[in-house]
Amino acid sequence: MIAIIKYNAGNIASVQNALARLGATSEITDDAATILRADKVIFPGVGEASSAMAYLRAKGIDETIRKIKKPMLGICLGLQLMCMSSEEGNTACLGIFGARVKVFPPKDKVPHMGWNNFSMLQAHPILRGIKEEDNLYYVHRYFASLSKETIATCDYIQKFSTVLHKDNFYATQFHPEKSAETGARILQNFLDL
Amino acid sequence: MLKKRIIPCLDIKNGRTVKGVNFVGLRDAGDPIDLAKRYVKEGADELVFLDITATIEERKTLIQLVKRIAAAINIPFTVGGGIQSVEQVAALITAGADKVSINSAAVKRPALIQEIADRFGSQCVVVAIDTKLVAGKWEVFVRGGRQGTALETTAWAVEVARLGAGEILLTSMNQDGTKAGFALEITQQVSELVNIPVIASGGAGKPTHFKTLFQKTEASAGLAASIFHDEEVAIPVLKNYLKKEKIAIR
Repeated sequence: MIAIIKYNAGNIASVQNALARLGATSEITDDAATILRADKVIFPGVGEASSAMAYLRAKGIDETIRKIKKPMLGICLGLQLMCMSSEEGNTACLGIFGARVKVFPPKDKVPHMGWNNFSMLQAHPILRGIKEEDNLYYVHRYFASLSKETIATCDYIQKFSTVLHKDNFYATQFHPEKSAETGARILQNFLDL
Repeated sequence: MLKKRIIPCLDIKNGRTVKGVNFVGLRDAGDPIDLAKRYVKEGADELVFLDITATIEERKTLIQLVKRIAAAINIPFTVGGGIQSVEQVAALITAGADKVSINSAAVKRPALIQEIADRFGSQCVVVAIDTKLVAGKWEVFVRGGRQGTALETTAWAVEVARLGAGEILLTSMNQDGTKAGFALEITQQVSELVNIPVIASGGAGKPTHFKTLFQKTEASAGLAASIFHDEEVAIPVLKNYLKKEKIAIR
């Protein structure tokens, strides 16, 4: 069973739909025991960083996430909340990755919305079968800086972390659940870990 | 590089796809799910579903349809048509819509844009602007293009961006249905003035129209309905053509 962490962020049903298309059973939950018992955990989200962090702390979900030993995948806001801090509402985040989340300078259209390719810094199981020219779907106003956990970068206005990995924690800035066949392959790679 | 998006639009009435000219002479054109899946397979970058029904009963059908769409397709989609309240938006987002498109209700009560953005994030608020060149001025029209307003298009675009719109869907009524090409001038004027993506709509008739749109304006996407629907222009053909013309396309 895949646990999808329930919190005050949108887009959670999309992840469940995407998993269902891959034949995986999932449960949307904020219950610590259920999350820690799951084979894999997905931490999705579209929303605002400081209010999301406040919610996670109030519900104790931040502590639960730190205890997860099984593979966990953060998506979009999920990725950003796994970093050190975010300029969105100037909040400290979970600190799993060393990257810091900053606002895009207004040198081009913001949000970064639509399909973009990426650069792979190293071959990685989560990107198995994916080519750098393959496109993934993005929608975000804030980006994660590069850090030692960065596996792949995307370039829009400037280079930012689009795939991060440390221990059992994985994260993508793009939305694999909305990225057609390429995204489905990445989700399958995560399920196969 | 960020790609220019090709977006087919489906008109929906009572849970079915419909076709007609200016909402007149509507005829059933099948199950939206079948058409949506076809477009996804052909390489559409996003889809827009525009509900043209009026009654509350039919709106319930829409929510069911949105759930089925969300389960069936793996690309983002927008739902629009007659949205007037944050509650309606909540129901659509919960059902699985990635974005909602608002039009007349935003003109009537601009604060609605901010209310939706505050609750669900700017990224899910598409403000649709229907515009028509009247006596040398691009005027904003509402109620499906039937009613003029005192608003000038570029000023309204700047205002909706300020209020938290994540994207503007700009339809030129002069071009709509003509298949003579997009309204380049107003599209570029709006694109230059706002820092959010602009989707151009109205007038697409052949692949060169998309090339011109992306070469002459900063539009992020081109939207069309009938040419994709009738397979006058197949999406794979269009995308291959644009790639050959060095436009950044997925």
